[in-house]
Amino acid sequence: MSQEMTGSEIVLRALADQGVDTVFGYPGGAVLPIYDALHVQNSIRHILVRQEGGAVHAAEGYARSSGKVGVVLVTSGPGATNAVTGLTDALMDSVPVVCLTGQVPTHLIGNDAFQEADTTGITRPCTKHNYLVKDIADLARVVHEAFYVARSGRPGPVVVDLPKDILQGKGSYTPPSVNGHRSYRPRKKGDIGQIEKAAAAMAQAERPLFYCGGGVINAGPKAAHLLTELVKLTGFPCTLTLMGLGALPASNKQFLGMVGMHGTYESNLAMHHCDLMINIGARFDDRVTGKLDEFAPHSTKIHVDIDPSSINKNVRADIPIVGDAAHVLEDLTKVWKARQYRADRKKLDAWWAQIDEWRGRDCLKYQASDTLIKPQYALERLRELTKGRDDVFITTEVGQHQMWAAQFLPFEKPNHWMTSGGLGTMGYGLPAAMGVQVAHPDALVIDVAGEASVLMNIQEMSTVAQYRLPVKIFILNNEYMGMVRQWQELLHGGRYSESYMDSLPDFVKLAESFGAVGLRAEKPADVDGVIEEMIAVDKAVIADILVDKAENCFPMIPSGAAHHKMLLGPDDQAAEPISEEGMVLV
Amino acid sequence: MTERHVIAVLVDNEPGVLARVIGLFSGRGYNIESLTVSEVDAEAGLSRINVVTIGTPMIIEQIKNQLDRLVPVHSVRDLSEEGPHVETELALVKVAGQGDKRVEALRIADIFGAKVDDTTLESFIFRLDGQSDKVDRFIDLMKPLGLIEVARTGAVAISRGTEGI
Repeated sequence: MSQEMTGSEIVLRALADQGVDTVFGYPGGAVLPIYDALHVQNSIRHILVRQEGGAVHAAEGYARSSGKVGVVLVTSGPGATNAVTGLTDALMDSVPVVCLTGQVPTHLIGNDAFQEADTTGITRPCTKHNYLVKDIADLARVVHEAFYVARSGRPGPVVVDLPKDILQGKGSYTPPSVNGHRSYRPRKKGDIGQIEKAAAAMAQAERPLFYCGGGVINAGPKAAHLLTELVKLTGFPCTLTLMGLGALPASNKQFLGMVGMHGTYESNLAMHHCDLMINIGARFDDRVTGKLDEFAPHSTKIHVDIDPSSINKNVRADIPIVGDAAHVLEDLTKVWKARQYRADRKKLDAWWAQIDEWRGRDCLKYQASDTLIKPQYALERLRELTKGRDDVFITTEVGQHQMWAAQFLPFEKPNHWMTSGGLGTMGYGLPAAMGVQVAHPDALVIDVAGEASVLMNIQEMSTVAQYRLPVKIFILNNEYMGMVRQWQELLHGGRYSESYMDSLPDFVKLAESFGAVGLRAEKPADVDGVIEEMIAVDKAVIADILVDKAENCFPMIPSGAAHHKMLLGPDDQAAEPISEEGMVLV
Repeated sequence: MTERHVIAVLVDNEPGVLARVIGLFSGRGYNIESLTVSEVDAEAGLSRINVVTIGTPMIIEQIKNQLDRLVPVHSVRDLSEEGPHVETELALVKVAGQGDKRVEALRIADIFGAKVDDTTLESFIFRLDGQSDKVDRFIDLMKPLGLIEVARTGAVAISRGTEGI
């Protein structure tokens, strides 16, 4: 019989046994017992955020940059409800997070007690799974299970709701079990017969294309390595989704750039015209497919995903393979080699010639200016001035700056790019950058931000100050919710309803008030100096880059259009009015 | 295009599991025609949910995959797809009336094999089991005869042969 411990001690012991060294949280009445237990131990570091939403994004940044499970600790009621956006974000982007929430004591549940919320009810649709612990005998098992569920299969957030009497009660601890879970055992290995079929289809393809996503990142660095190898072995072109950037080095000549609404011309045209699409760990998201009934009309589709519900959801797969990207890539490579398959060189060369022609359009070019800082220019300079470093981590907020960052910054490795893809959560980048910096104290962590987004979680500057996290907040400040303004320009007759950011703070003074360094660039000639200083100072920095207010993000597939109807630049805008069906899409 | 499918789901009998299943259907806009749930193995702590749903083949496949990825779900079986199965539901039907209508109601109940579970001088409660369309037809016939109230369980189903879920 093991020793009796309090519920709080059981929780901390379970965290320690799960390898947790960092928790992002905010105390409150219902979780005071855990905070009391935290106070008398040294193995787990607590990072005190300034709002619970920041804690979840920080845990996401921590998880995505380290490959570990991110851990959040918040109180009941408002603590839990503030965490909901972050949990939904983690669910959409498949980020492993365990969120411990306090709860009123079990005898008060359902009584509308102070700071009571139906946390398991509220978070049921925005978590992979959740638990309410009502018996201390279940506590250790549930915490261990939460970690198992969060990181297994398609990762995701798990909430464990902890009533205060459970935290204060006494019980015994049980170590993690090897079984994981009695019903949840996701499949890792892909069906070998299907993999054989896939390899055979690849050998016969004339216009093949790898289309890979976050599933490759989530399968670990080995998967990215295997993908790079298979891309080289086959000679096929490869495009990546927003979530997949870094799965294949950006410098790889077979990389066509990002796919989708703001992806490159060559990627989207290759998607449209390919005869074999090899989708590994991407989910045919609407940002990628555009108009579904005109999506890649001539292609056979191989779809590898660890989540069977992603297969045949939006797009029918001809060769579905359920399994982990790393396992499937390994088996696919083995089969390709063992059968001595090779691509038809002549046909592949013709395909590459076509792709090179599309590449020749140079779709990311923009009109340079001597007087106005173009946002693309600022990012190009950031790219140049961080060249050669392998410790650069980029987070973003959501909007135009996010798309430009995806287009212009080079991601050579997985886990170095943290952005809110599925949910599109403004305010993600700053707290996520904190989490990345906590996981990688010596790295250069840059939040490429917009002035509107960053204000959504600007309170976290206080956390940045407290823990002396030297994160760099690189604001492309156009004084607009830029993407909203862009859509209003393209779709709503230029009526810029409520998208102008009036009464902005002085970001330099704002930085200084938190003990950080504030820098500003007002003209192109300032940019290099600001970036160099931003990198050089060993402190948090807000770099306020005053960019062209009217710049739009291109290329762009207008909503409701197919890939080949892409707009390449401002001159394309009026070519075809956006359809009514397109107007209702987001 | 749309098809009716009877799906059996074996789940851990734990709090919230039914809410998860129902939330999945409402959150993703799937149809529930009927749904029953009850514990079927107390020792193992397992419940069985029988759900009848309507959708295109692509939606039906999604429903099964989405159900299967819920953490407390052990097994999802599409009985309509897998082959021969027995399907039945139970209905209690209250009919009130006098004279010829009362006699006719009793006669039709006899034809359908419905049992009279309760009677007063002016009403019956019929108990009928069978396939859902049989129950539908019975209820339709009772309408002009003084139908007052219906309670239905929704379909339960089990596959034929020696195999279990």
